[in-house]
Amino acid sequence: MLQSFLQNILNALQWGSFYSLIALGYCLVYGVLLLINFAHGDIFMVGAYIAFYCCMFLLGKFGVFAGLPGWMVLAVAVPLTMVLTAVVGVTLERIAYRPLRRKGVNRLYVVITALMCGLILENGNLALLGASRKSFPTLVPVKVFEVFGVTVTNIKLMVIGVAILSFLLLHFIVTRTKIGMAMRAISYDRFAVPLMGIPADTVIVFTFVLGSGFAGLAGLFFAMTYPVIDPYMGALIGWKAFIAAVVGGIGSIAGAFAGGFLLGFVEIMVVAFFPSTYRDLIAFSILLLILSIRPTGLFGVARRTKI
Amino acid sequence: MQRLTVPALLACLFGVLLWAAGTGALNVYWQSVLMFMGVNIILATSLNIINGNMGEFSCGHAGFMAVGAYVSSLLSVALFTKSQVFGEPLIGPSAAVWLFPLVLIAGALAASLVGLLVAIPSFKTRGDYLAIITIAAAYIVKSTIENIGAIGGARGFMGMSAVMSAMNETINLPWIMIWVFIGTVFSVWLIRRFIYSTFGKGVDAICQDEIAAEIMSVNTDRVKLVAFMVSCGLAGLAGGLFAHILGYVNPGTFTILKSTEIMVMVYLGGMGSLSGSVLAAILMTLLIEYLRDAFGFLNTFLHYISVIPDSYEVTQVWKWVVIPLLLVLLMQFRPEGIMGRRELADVFPGLRKFYKFKG
Repeated sequence: MLQSFLQNILNALQWGSFYSLIALGYCLVYGVLLLINFAHGDIFMVGAYIAFYCCMFLLGKFGVFAGLPGWMVLAVAVPLTMVLTAVVGVTLERIAYRPLRRKGVNRLYVVITALMCGLILENGNLALLGASRKSFPTLVPVKVFEVFGVTVTNIKLMVIGVAILSFLLLHFIVTRTKIGMAMRAISYDRFAVPLMGIPADTVIVFTFVLGSGFAGLAGLFFAMTYPVIDPYMGALIGWKAFIAAVVGGIGSIAGAFAGGFLLGFVEIMVVAFFPSTYRDLIAFSILLLILSIRPTGLFGVARRTKI
Repeated sequence: MQRLTVPALLACLFGVLLWAAGTGALNVYWQSVLMFMGVNIILATSLNIINGNMGEFSCGHAGFMAVGAYVSSLLSVALFTKSQVFGEPLIGPSAAVWLFPLVLIAGALAASLVGLLVAIPSFKTRGDYLAIITIAAAYIVKSTIENIGAIGGARGFMGMSAVMSAMNETINLPWIMIWVFIGTVFSVWLIRRFIYSTFGKGVDAICQDEIAAEIMSVNTDRVKLVAFMVSCGLAGLAGGLFAHILGYVNPGTFTILKSTEIMVMVYLGGMGSLSGSVLAAILMTLLIEYLRDAFGFLNTFLHYISVIPDSYEVTQVWKWVVIPLLLVLLMQFRPEGIMGRRELADVFPGLRKFYKFKG
């Protein structure tokens, strides 16, 4: 009983790590722009595909450097994936969001655009690459450890470690560096920031770089853990990561991180006690409940509207 | 006499449609295109209450459509035909002609009750968060349907075509065409009357400024509740008609893609413009049908001039790239859509003298 409970907790930590990594990206963009980047889940999907092609490029039959060891490929693929996914995210910001922001249109239009960009990424991927699922190559052979009757794999530990490290890094960037201060300044008052000589657009691009980069990282590790990738993998996970960010209180990094783990925990527990088809149902119902009771989430601070 | 122009025109159109569908002057394909046009008009105009007039952003309209579709299908199959799920009919096929509208109304009522899922949180939340709530509600509906194995779950549910043929045996008329037409006219009429009523002005007031509306004694919670319930109920009506046109429902139909299709109609027509929504629904239906053929043609053509490799086929998936792209471009270059916030009568003031209800 205790063993299965510990096992579930470990699985929940792993599952929650993915949610946390994606929720961090949601949270950064929302914190700076007050825009829910609906395309974020699909950026995660694009990240997984980029990781797939990076790995295929480095090993496999198109291998440039045949015989590279797996950990070496991983070490090259992580920064490569993060950079390329960040490029995708910034491109999206450039061609879709920035013109709208320049015109100063209703925020609704930006949200619609974001949602549609996500759909374009999904279906464009499906149309270009076909519906066949791609199986991700094994980079690091899975090692299984038995600790007190609980099975731990090296990939699980790696994912949890990466999530925690990412959180610490982001937290450091946002609270201790100059650009992080600029990000917080923009979220505090967007109109005063350019007057202070802070290049607002650069900061916004940097935000997208960070958020998309971590989505790409999540995509890479997700594909390593569940080695089948398909164009629609990002949709549902993106939604749920958003739920995690909302539960934690959007706009607070610690909240997003905690929310991700909380949602992972809830989902794993649901699967442990109910049929697995109920998982999404319960996740969305929790979201509805939380938003009905506390619209700003658990860690969020209510914004007062001035008249 | 002049004021009766619109009902007279509608009656003429109705007669022509009946004659064309009954004698086979319209082939089955065009009949179904016309019927989907009607269903899309209902969907677009009803979503327009929320997204256009109220200025909120609901993107889970397909979920309410699914409720209506399933409730009315289950009822009509249970009442009128012999089926594997329900066994013997409760009333019998001969009553189908008279009781069918009640079945549709039941679907609409069920959908408006599910609309409470969105309406109640909307008292507190606005904007992006409400968008999430609508998506979550649509997802909850879809997931619930998939989890009920008795009505087919993810495989879908069929048997409505037997109801239709039973109605034809009683009185031989194109029944489904009749009901789609009546449903379309009814919903446009209802929405027009609702939006122009004193109560409906509150919807516009909420769009302008919710706090100011509240101060000026608009009961915002009540207005939101009614607007959401009317909108969702009509979506349910459209869903019921949709299910009976196809004769088969499947939860996979009512995804975010369907909601997107409806959203494109609303924003293409113009936010808060009823006639714009009707126009855009007609255009979009034709466009979707046209795209279906166009991709096939494009596929053959591109293979013929050998631009793309032989292994690659241009499939219908591109439709879901083109439609969102259309909406993105619309938001970039003409966010107000075809009509903006104007009605036909604002563009052509001469039309006003033909209306009975000036609005």
